[in-house]
Amino acid sequence: MDTIIEIQNLTKQFDGFTAVNEISFSVERGVFFGLLGPNGAGKTTTIRMLYGFIPPTRGTLRIFGMDMKVDFRRIKARIGVCQQDNTLDPDLTVEQNLRVFAGYFSMPRKEADERSRELLDFFALDHKKDAKVMELSGGMARRLILARSLINRPELLILDEPTTGLDPQSRHQVWEKLEELKETGLTVIITTHYMEEASRLCDRLVIVDHGKILVDGSPRNLIDRYAGNSIIEIEGPDRALIDYVKGQNIEHDDLGRRLILYVPENKDPVDRLRDRFCSEKCIYRNSTLEDVFLRLTGRELRE
Amino acid sequence: MIDPNAFSWRFLRVWRRNLVVYQKIWKVNFLTPLFEPLFYILAFGVGFSGLIGNVNYGGLDLSYTAFIAPALIATAVMWNSFFETTYGSFVRMYYQKTFDGMLATPLTLEEIIVAEIVWSATKSAGAATIMLAVLGLFGFVQFPAGLLLIPMAFFGGLAFGAIGMYFTGITPTIDMFNLPIFLFVTPMFLFSGTFFPVSNLPGWAQPVALVMPLYHLAELSRFFSIGTCETAPVISIGYLTVFLLFFTLLALRAMRKRLIQ
Repeated sequence: MDTIIEIQNLTKQFDGFTAVNEISFSVERGVFFGLLGPNGAGKTTTIRMLYGFIPPTRGTLRIFGMDMKVDFRRIKARIGVCQQDNTLDPDLTVEQNLRVFAGYFSMPRKEADERSRELLDFFALDHKKDAKVMELSGGMARRLILARSLINRPELLILDEPTTGLDPQSRHQVWEKLEELKETGLTVIITTHYMEEASRLCDRLVIVDHGKILVDGSPRNLIDRYAGNSIIEIEGPDRALIDYVKGQNIEHDDLGRRLILYVPENKDPVDRLRDRFCSEKCIYRNSTLEDVFLRLTGRELRE
Repeated sequence: MIDPNAFSWRFLRVWRRNLVVYQKIWKVNFLTPLFEPLFYILAFGVGFSGLIGNVNYGGLDLSYTAFIAPALIATAVMWNSFFETTYGSFVRMYYQKTFDGMLATPLTLEEIIVAEIVWSATKSAGAATIMLAVLGLFGFVQFPAGLLLIPMAFFGGLAFGAIGMYFTGITPTIDMFNLPIFLFVTPMFLFSGTFFPVSNLPGWAQPVALVMPLYHLAELSRFFSIGTCETAPVISIGYLTVFLLFFTLLALRAMRKRLIQ
């Protein structure tokens, strides 16, 4: 398999503050790769270095085997970027947004027109092609940004929080489109705050915090490693229960008013716990990526 | 400091984007250069002419209206390009994040900035062309030499577009453009030999006027319109060239510092 992204010891400092600290990872062709982390963890900074928006302070950054410092133009011609902010051009119509953007890639007029029509069709925006960007709903604007990021038939798609602020319907629609794109073998790197999104879409992901990579693996693998097989949440645990959990060495987080138990496959002590302590205040559920995320990055508010 | 690889003809794609947007509103934009010279000529030619005698300029005895008419083109060049790269570019950069979107493509920031400056000069040249037709009809411009006002307007537009872009690079908020307009553009509009010859200014103020880029553009404008001027055209062209290159470099530096940390 060939490597699409290869970064080594990538570091970015702003006025002495280290936003990204010696990050290294690589992404193979066809992989849907997630970059997760709390606000301020360095996700967007990493992403911006990946598409050549900001230069790294240190480290190497190779995409398609080329050095971003030297071959930035050839690299950027082959990637698509869906930025976090709405960067659609409000002075242009929906269709013009695509056609003018194609121009930035030096695409011939005829090809640009065809590609624009194709993408409007794929993202169900045909009926809005002459609308002003300002008239679009949040979901439609997001789809148009996605469409625009695909205008140059990229080999690598970079998505920075593609579904933030969307209603559930729009979000699911975006996911379906991204899954369709994934089937075509497109390599994708995504940042998101929605663990459900990451679990559903990503083949592999890293969780970053304070500019460092904490863990790296597939969603399933990370859940197994860091959040046990299933979870028991107990509201208002009493002393006896906490002592029992500690005595049995069951992995847990004590949040004061709530106790979270990470239960491995071996169910013995848990069954006993259920019999002895749980009447109505226990919730049994499967472990999720969100449990992994919170365990690794802590529960304190950021920013 | 400036990477030569950052420049390519691709900047024309950004220029074209601005043209596509302009085509939507050209009918409104068309009216200003058409009516503005008419208003000035009416106000000064009809209203003022009784109060002011003829103006002695470059060895010619000119009616006041004939004196100011060519300078109107120079001031229009200034207003058009300066406004385009200050308010226009600031809105695109800051509020619309248009540059951010462009930077996710093979375009470089340098190309975007150059395109914005060249676009502002294009608008200036367009306005000058319309004004030229109006002033030509009144007989204030001699032809065919007057046609050179069009490339001159483009050239002058580059100079004022470049300094406008520099202000955009260093201005924290859009309201702050009042400052360069109040301190730089308006005094220049009034005191650069536009509405009266610089020789009428007190001695100490004359060198100040000669440093103003609008003075040199108004000089060139008169030279191409009526064939005479106070300062040799080669000096004016030289001065504006240095001014243009200097502020383009400053603008590129300021914008890089502002947008790419």
